[in-house]
Amino acid sequence: MSAKIDLENVSCDFGSFRAVDNANVSIEPGEFFSFLGPSGCGKTTILRMISGFIEPTEGAIKIGGKDMRGQRPNQRPTALIFQNLALFPLMPIWENISFGLEVRGVDKATRRKKAEELLELVDLKGAADKMVSQLSGGQKQRVAIARALAVEPSVMLLDEPLSALDLKLRQHMRAELRAIQKRTGVTFIYITHDQGEALAMSDRVGVMSQGRIQQIANPRDIYNAPINGFVAGFVGENNIFEGKSGAIAAGMAGFDTAYGTLRARINDDAKGKALRLYVRPEHTLLSAAKAEENSIPVTVSEVSFEGAFISVLCHSDDGKLIVAELRNDGSATVPDIGTKLHASFAAARAALLPDANVRG
Amino acid sequence: MSDLIRRYGVTITALMCLLVAFWLVMLVIVPNITLFEQSFRPYLPVVDVGGPKDVYSLGNYAKVFDGSIERSFFGIPYMIPVHVMTFGLTIWYSIVVTVACFALAYPLAFFMAKIANPKSLPTLLLLLFIPLWVSEVLRAFAWWIILAFKGPLNALLLAIGAIEAPVRWIVDYDGVVIGLTYTYVLFMLFPIYNAIASLDTNQIEAADDLGAPWWKIHLRIVLPHAKPGIASGCVMVFMLSAGSLLVPSILGSTTSQWFTQTIDQWFKDALDWNTASAYAFILLLLCTIFVSIALKVFKVKLSDIAK
Ligand SMILES: Nc1ncnc2c1ncn2[C@@H]1O[C@H](COP(=O)(O)OP(=O)(O)OP(=O)(O)O)[C@@H](O)[C@H]1O
Ligand SMILES: [Mg+2]
Repeated sequence: MSAKIDLENVSCDFGSFRAVDNANVSIEPGEFFSFLGPSGCGKTTILRMISGFIEPTEGAIKIGGKDMRGQRPNQRPTALIFQNLALFPLMPIWENISFGLEVRGVDKATRRKKAEELLELVDLKGAADKMVSQLSGGQKQRVAIARALAVEPSVMLLDEPLSALDLKLRQHMRAELRAIQKRTGVTFIYITHDQGEALAMSDRVGVMSQGRIQQIANPRDIYNAPINGFVAGFVGENNIFEGKSGAIAAGMAGFDTAYGTLRARINDDAKGKALRLYVRPEHTLLSAAKAEENSIPVTVSEVSFEGAFISVLCHSDDGKLIVAELRNDGSATVPDIGTKLHASFAAARAALLPDANVRG
Repeated sequence: MSDLIRRYGVTITALMCLLVAFWLVMLVIVPNITLFEQSFRPYLPVVDVGGPKDVYSLGNYAKVFDGSIERSFFGIPYMIPVHVMTFGLTIWYSIVVTVACFALAYPLAFFMAKIANPKSLPTLLLLLFIPLWVSEVLRAFAWWIILAFKGPLNALLLAIGAIEAPVRWIVDYDGVVIGLTYTYVLFMLFPIYNAIASLDTNQIEAADDLGAPWWKIHLRIVLPHAKPGIASGCVMVFMLSAGSLLVPSILGSTTSQWFTQTIDQWFKDALDWNTASAYAFILLLLCTIFVSIALKVFKVKLSDIAK
C-alpha cells in the first residue's frame, strides 16, 4: 500500500506572500522522502497541500497519478502526523488509534482488535486502555503513528514529529520510524529542520529555502555535492572563500582569491554566476610544509575538543577564520596555539557554488 | 492571607476583609435568612405577630398544593394544583429556552472560535455586545413590538411571502420563550466560545484527515471538549430563565404564567411576604436539585464548570 506522489509546478500564496514557489518533486512509492529547511521556508505548507488542508495556488498535486485538486483531506489516501501530534485527550488510546476506523463504520470488536495489532506494531502493547495524558512523549509519538497507520494510508505525512523529544529518544525514534516504514512499505514524507535527522533517515532529501526547493538528492549527494551555497551551509560546516572564477576545464576551475588562485570543482551551469568556494572543515588539512595546491598560511588560534573530532580554528594573515577538523583517533597531532601552519585542501573536495536559488 | 498583609499592609487588608464580610453578611446572608425564617411563619395581622398564633410550620410551603384545576394529557383528564402546574411549566419552558440558546449559541461559538477571521472577531463581539447596553426592559418591549400581530416581523414575513396570513406570536408561552432566549443567549455563547477556543485546531484537522465527516468531528471531538462550557452555559441560562420576572411579565400572554410571577403576586398583590418567601425558596431549592441531577446525568463535575 503505497503511492507515487507528484508535485508539478506547485505554488502557494498567502495573500501577496508566496510561501511555496514552483515546487517540482516526484516521490516514489515506498520511498522515505524528507523536506529539510529552516523555519518558515514552507515545509508545513507543502505538507498541508499534499494532505488537502490548503489548495495550491498554482500547479497540480497527484497521488498515484490522480490529480487531487478539490479533494478534501478526508478523501485523500494520506495520513498526517501533526507537529504537536494532536491526539484526542478525551479518548483512551485504543479509541484514538481506531478513530479512523470508527468513522468508516467498522464495528467495535474489529476496531479494538486492529488497535491492539497496531499497538504491537509500534511496540506499545498493553497501553490500549490508558489515556493520552498517561503516556510519555515517545509513547505519544508511537500512538500518533499507529493512529495514522490504522486507516492504511498510501502516504504518511510527518511534520517534525520528533522535534519535541529529547536527544536520546529522538535518535531512538529515528530508527523506529525507519523500521516502521520498512515494515509497512508506506511512502513517508517527512519534514524536519534537523539536517542530521534528514540525512540519517531518508532515501532522498529535498532541501528548501524561502519557499523554493533548492536540491533533491540522496543524503550523500546532498552533503558531498551540494548544488549551491545554501545547501552546503545548511547540511554542514564550511570554510568559504570569496573570489572570481577563471576558465573551466574538465569540471575544475581556478578561483582568484586574496590567497592566490585556488582550484575547485565547478558545475557547468554555475558559469557566469557569482560564486564562492566552499570546503568542509573535515576536508581541510593542516601541515607544517606548504602543500602542492590550495595552500594558505595560517596561525592556530584555538583548539576545541568536540569528542569524536577536534576542531582547530586558524586565522590567515589577513584575519580570515579557517577551521580544520581532525579525527580524534590519534592519527593527527594536535597543534599548539600560535603554531604557524599551512591549511590546504584537495581541489576535488572543494566546490565553487552560487548562492541560494531565491526570487530576484 | 499573610501574603495579602505583606502586599497591602494591615490596614488595607483589614478594610478589604471587612468590606467583603459586610457585603456577605448584610447584603446576602441576613436578608436571605430573614426571608427563610419568615417563610415558616404564618401571615398574620400586625397585632398577632409574635403572639400565640405566630408559630413555625410548613403551611406556607404546602400552599402550592392548594386549588387544583383540571387538565388533560393526550385526552386523559387529571387534576393538578395550579401552582404546581405553573412551576412545572416554568421548568419546562426554561428547558426549552436553554435548548434554544444552545442551538443558537453553539454554531455561532464554533464559527467565532474556529472559522471567523481573528481580525473581524472584535467587530463581531461588539455587535453582540451592543444590544446589552440597552436596558432589559427596553429590549423586552422592543420584542413586544417586533412580535406584535401588526408588527414588523409579520410585515416582513408577509412581504417576502414566507407566510400567507399574519401569525400571532405572543400566544401561550411563545413570546416568553423568544424573549428569554434573546435575553440570555450570550450567557450560553461565551462559555461555549471559551471552551471551543481552547480546543487545539489540529485536533479538528486530525479528525478530518482521518476521514471523519463534519458531524462526527463535532460529536466526538468538539462537543466533548466543550462540555464543561456547555454545562456552565446551560446552568446559567436555565437558572436565569427560571428566575426571570421581567420578560415573562412583558412578553407573557393571557395564558402564560411564570412561577416568579406567582411569587411576585404573593409579595405585591397579596402582601403575604411569608408565603412569597416560601415559594421563592421552593423555586431555588427545586431548581438547584434539578440542575444537580442534570449535571450528574451528563457526567459533568462542578469543578470542571468553575474552570
Ligand atoms: N495561514 C497563513 N497565512 C499567512 N502566512 C502563512 C500562513 N501559513 C504559513 N504562512 C507563512 O508561510 C511561510 C511558510 O510557513 P510554513 O508553516 O510552511 O513554514 P515551515 O517551513 O513549516 O516552518 P517551521 O519549521 O517553523 O514549522 C512562513 O513565512 C509563514 O509565515
Ligand atoms: Mg512547520
